Amino acid sequence: MENLNSYLIVSAVLFSIGTIGVLTRKNAIVMFMCIELMLNAVNLTFVAFSRYLGNLDGQIFVFFIMTVAAAEAAVGLALFISFYNNKESIDVDDANLMKW
Amino acid sequence: METLFFLIITLVAIVSAILVITCKNPINSALSLIMTFFCLATYYVMLDAPFMAAVQVMVYAGAIMVLIVFTIMLLNIRIDASKKHSHKLIFGSIIGFFTLLNIAFVLMRSRAAVPTGPYSGDMIKNIGHTELIGKEMFTNFLLPFEITSILLLVAIVGAVILAKKKI
Repeated sequence: MENLNSYLIVSAVLFSIGTIGVLTRKNAIVMFMCIELMLNAVNLTFVAFSRYLGNLDGQIFVFFIMTVAAAEAAVGLALFISFYNNKESIDVDDANLMKW
Repeated sequence: METLFFLIITLVAIVSAILVITCKNPINSALSLIMTFFCLATYYVMLDAPFMAAVQVMVYAGAIMVLIVFTIMLLNIRIDASKKHSHKLIFGSIIGFFTLLNIAFVLMRSRAAVPTGPYSGDMIKNIGHTELIGKEMFTNFLLPFEITSILLLVAIVGAVILAKKKI
């Protein structure tokens, strides 16, 4: 087992890359993938702390986060398909109905 | 040896994560994201959590990414060649950089707690990771496990209702 800090640093870098992706990309599906990347960075932190502290609760949490991500993927992609049917585009800038 | 392996995996994970946010074509982003997920599964194996690695490969790289790639191909999205988001690029990069700086600051100033839990590395190797996870999940975490099934049911119903044009 490596040092705990190295896992935390990798997780922090992956989380920041995901943040940059969510803030800079305009394609809704790519933004969605960046959110998945951030969720996975947090999962890595959970597993690393769980192993370091000798407590399995963190890994159970990762299990639940994966379930939530699966539900999110199903509902989110259905939303994207319905948005594409209305607007003929997947660009988030086209979702401007409530913008003034 | 293990440190070298860790560094190689880290390099692959970070390069493919950067490719996720820089590729123009969403399919290439999705394939890079699958690569990142495999690297994370490798980390889980190195952290003595083989069950989490298997679930990571099956659920994330298998189910969720297949769903995303399927949607990208179904919608047949054009590659976005627009150059009009340069200011967003700068602001997003600044915010992401400050996020990283913040986490690094917290990491350097904090002290980790002493290991207190009952599950040591030898115990995980002798009894088996899957068995320990199963015991924990079906005793202490039984109610959240049952609530998760309701969440999945709601997600199924919601996905069908949203994607269907006429119910």
